Amino acid sequence: MCLGIPGTIVEIDGDRPDLAKVDVSGVRRMINIGLLENEIVEPGDWILIHVGFALSKIDEEEAASAMAFLEGIGTAYEEELAALASSEIEAGFIQAGQDIEARWASEEV
Amino acid sequence: MRFVDEFRDADLARALATQIAGLCEPGRKYKFMEVCGGHTHTIYKHGIEDYLPEAVSLVHGPGCPVCVLPMGRIDDAIAIAEQDDVILTSFGDMMRVPGGRGSFFDSKAAGTDIRMVYSPLDALKIARQNPDKRVVFMAIGFETTAPSTAMTVLRAKAEGLENFSIFCNHVTIIPAIKAILDSPDLRLDGFIGPGHVSTVIGCRPYHFISHTHGKPLVCAGFEPLDVLQSVYMILKQLTEGRSEVENQYSRVVPWDGNVKALQVINETMELRPYFEWRGLGFISQSALKLRDSYAAYDAEVIFDVPGVRVADPKACQCGEVLKGVIKPYECKVFGTACTPETPIGTCMVSSEGACAAYYNFGRFTRKRVMEVTSA
Repeated sequence: MCLGIPGTIVEIDGDRPDLAKVDVSGVRRMINIGLLENEIVEPGDWILIHVGFALSKIDEEEAASAMAFLEGIGTAYEEELAALASSEIEAGFIQAGQDIEARWASEEV
Repeated sequence: MRFVDEFRDADLARALATQIAGLCEPGRKYKFMEVCGGHTHTIYKHGIEDYLPEAVSLVHGPGCPVCVLPMGRIDDAIAIAEQDDVILTSFGDMMRVPGGRGSFFDSKAAGTDIRMVYSPLDALKIARQNPDKRVVFMAIGFETTAPSTAMTVLRAKAEGLENFSIFCNHVTIIPAIKAILDSPDLRLDGFIGPGHVSTVIGCRPYHFISHTHGKPLVCAGFEPLDVLQSVYMILKQLTEGRSEVENQYSRVVPWDGNVKALQVINETMELRPYFEWRGLGFISQSALKLRDSYAAYDAEVIFDVPGVRVADPKACQCGEVLKGVIKPYECKVFGTACTPETPIGTCMVSSEGACAAYYNFGRFTRKRVMEVTSA
């Protein structure tokens, strides 16, 4: 759960720009990239993922080093990958007037 | 993997080790704490201590959120799971951690519906699929996972989900470091600062450590050379009479952290007046709860939670291990009654716990530590 795992952005959801399909060691799943909204995120970019959320953008060199660290710790990484493989993050539907992101944008909090 | 070699080059490591040895004042002992469980792993996996002169020792800190959770909170979570129509969801790391009345696995075997999830967003999906059930997410972790919980609560609110709540056990790293600095048990000379937590909070919150307490802190990466370089940077500060916060891991850690992540935490959560930490006791303003405006998503408000304090098993010395007062193999039950298969204490359960790291790398005694690492 504490492990940050590196992945690459495969595609960003057209309707939900805070969701993206990522590739982690060949496993492709949907994750949330809403915490990177202050950065430009594009397909091919490397990111560090914590429990279904991208927490930071990294470069390829850092991704390789993070991967080497994870492979070195063995079972904990395998468990994390298995957990990711079981993940089924989906979009869901927003109720009218409840979009906090939109509220922030309008109020400029 | 050409990149990785640069972080693992044995010649570079030896060169750094020589520089480190050169910085040590004759006759002086140095004690540095690595706060994060990830660093503990790197140190034992790669035998970093072998590269360090005898004068420098590394002690493990409280940076494993599973390890510091008191048993009573696990009992509370199980008490929630036992109520009508509840599905409790949890990260896999928590499932085997023993509470006063057994673990989540034990409770599940006894008939409660406790499910492992990868992400709080998976818990949200379970809530959407089960509108007639009450889905509770066991939220745990330092600032690395708190933004995920916050984002999920915001999402639940936006979707108008009424059957989703979180049992909030998020803790914050700064008060724990402060408690260790204030503790008379241990005299430290500097800190290897956490990596991923700092991605969120940045480097500024550590300022009081260097300025008020006069201890250098260097945020470090997880590769062996990162850790060695951080030790070098701390020693260099001490030699030059400086005490600052430095960022060795700037390739991932921005000085100001992740502003959006801090914003969502602040929107949904506030500090509790105090919270109990295993081994460290009650620490004021050290944990997060949902704000009153999000009470509809707070399992502690929705459910009847016993909140009973449970004493740790007498034989278990996780507390001393978490404070860095003893090494794991100095604990009476380490490797005998307490193993990763049959853990007594949390430090042995979590793969990032110091005891599990020692056990998995075969470091059972001081002698054995030296044998293994010199092999």
